[in-house]
Amino acid sequence: MNDELLELYQELILDHNARPHNFGAMQGSTHHAHGLNPLCGDDIEVFLQLDGNRIKDAKFSGHGCAISKASASLMTDAVKEASTEEAQAMFDVFHRLVTGENVSDLERENLGKVAAFSGVKEFPARVKCASLAWHTLKAALNQAHEQVSTE
Amino acid sequence: MIDIAAHFPILSKPVHGKKLHYLDSGATSLKAQSVIDAVNAYNAEYSANVHRGTYYFSEIATKRFEDVREKVRTLINARSSHEIIFTKGTTDSINLVAHALGSQILDSNSEILLTTMEHHSNIVPWQLVCERTGAKIVVAEIDDNGALDILKIKNLINPRTKIVGVAHISNALGTVNDIKAITELAHAVGAKVVVDGAQAIAHVRVDVQDLNCDFYAFSAHKMYGPTGAGVLFGKRELLDAMPPYQGGGDMIASVTFEKTTYAKVPYKFEAGTPNIAGVIGLGAAVDFVREIGFKWIESHEDDLIAYAMKKLSEVKGLKLIGTAAHKKAAVSFVMEGVHPHDIATVVDRHGVAIRAGHLCAQPVMKRFGVTALSRASFGVYNTREDVDALCAALKSVSEVFGA
Repeated sequence: MNDELLELYQELILDHNARPHNFGAMQGSTHHAHGLNPLCGDDIEVFLQLDGNRIKDAKFSGHGCAISKASASLMTDAVKEASTEEAQAMFDVFHRLVTGENVSDLERENLGKVAAFSGVKEFPARVKCASLAWHTLKAALNQAHEQVSTE
Repeated sequence: MIDIAAHFPILSKPVHGKKLHYLDSGATSLKAQSVIDAVNAYNAEYSANVHRGTYYFSEIATKRFEDVREKVRTLINARSSHEIIFTKGTTDSINLVAHALGSQILDSNSEILLTTMEHHSNIVPWQLVCERTGAKIVVAEIDDNGALDILKIKNLINPRTKIVGVAHISNALGTVNDIKAITELAHAVGAKVVVDGAQAIAHVRVDVQDLNCDFYAFSAHKMYGPTGAGVLFGKRELLDAMPPYQGGGDMIASVTFEKTTYAKVPYKFEAGTPNIAGVIGLGAAVDFVREIGFKWIESHEDDLIAYAMKKLSEVKGLKLIGTAAHKKAAVSFVMEGVHPHDIATVVDRHGVAIRAGHLCAQPVMKRFGVTALSRASFGVYNTREDVDALCAALKSVSEVFGA
């Protein structure tokens, strides 16, 4: 098996694809957004429950490839109990990670399990899959009622 | 055995250190060396504008450009080369008909009949013209194999039907439609038939007089030619009566600020400097396919499709989508528990290029209850070895995903 493929489809990512965490619509969410990747048809919704600027709960629903589903699953785990600023900062680091830009060791450590997506940088066509959930999260935080799109 | 692959320089370039197995000709075919040479020759040796210069290179460019019109006429057996309009491609061709013919013959009582299997480019231009005219789109559904039932079409066609838009071959399912029969039904009520030939032109011998369709659209880049050039065939009397689509240079007879008169067809529909290099490349592509011949192309590709359907159906957890009889050009499938995008990424690392996604045919996805498909589509350069490589790569998909 190709090394880059093994790096992309790590055990952790495959597990979250097969058994996603925080999957399903949330009743009584305070923030919500819908994200679409029009080129491939990936379609997810992100639901948040905020208390002040702290994310108390995060869930997602929809459908997509293994990368987008696992990314949404790991993201919703990662942002729970984070402040909205921390979540935004995490997205910034995540984006640099998957596009192959510079990420410091400390930043990588702070990402925790989400850092498993570093293999995506070798697959430019899959960057959108990995970041769809994060774009949708950002839209939800900005209370954008419009649908976001990776295009 | 003809060594077709030798005509395609890209096939000698490895991908991820592996031999390239290109199975995405439905998106765009590879470019033949003779096409590349023809485009280069225009750019390097006589890159003058057409239809205006009175100097040597312009005359050569104009001659070579107009020669392609005749080559295309022969390819599709049109009555006259005046019926061949050069466009940017199939999408541009369909937009041209939708705009020019649509605004001429449609009103709020009109219906446009389309099918579930249409590519977005044979849906959206009609929706735009419906917004302007108030016409309504009616859809002929397909069966579980992805085929049209001609009786259903018959029941849907009525005196309000003004236009029937249909793919010759479905890009997502490979279904071949009976254009001749559809045209007969449409003409019985006076409706015009617009055929999306994008997926057919490289795979079957097209005879527009035999099909008797009113318009036929296709792209150079799906028949081993360059991107950005294509053709709209239209029956002369219809083209003559249609208003222009775009205004500009090349499409006029005379211009004053009081009144402009238009050039005759086909020039009336060719505003602005055309894609000269692209059209000249198209000419080389026409020569290329005619040299191979459709007899060879059809028997070679029919064998490949049959082989691919058989081999793929043996892959564990794989389901074929699009199983109409006598299908051509493409084989689509889904695999249990694995998203098509992930399939495409894994097989790519084995040198196998396939398409994954909604294939610009979201109504097809909805019809089969999927969000996306994987598609292997074929060209003259493909062999059974490419199918074997795909099937071997799919085993590795199962390994990764434990399917």
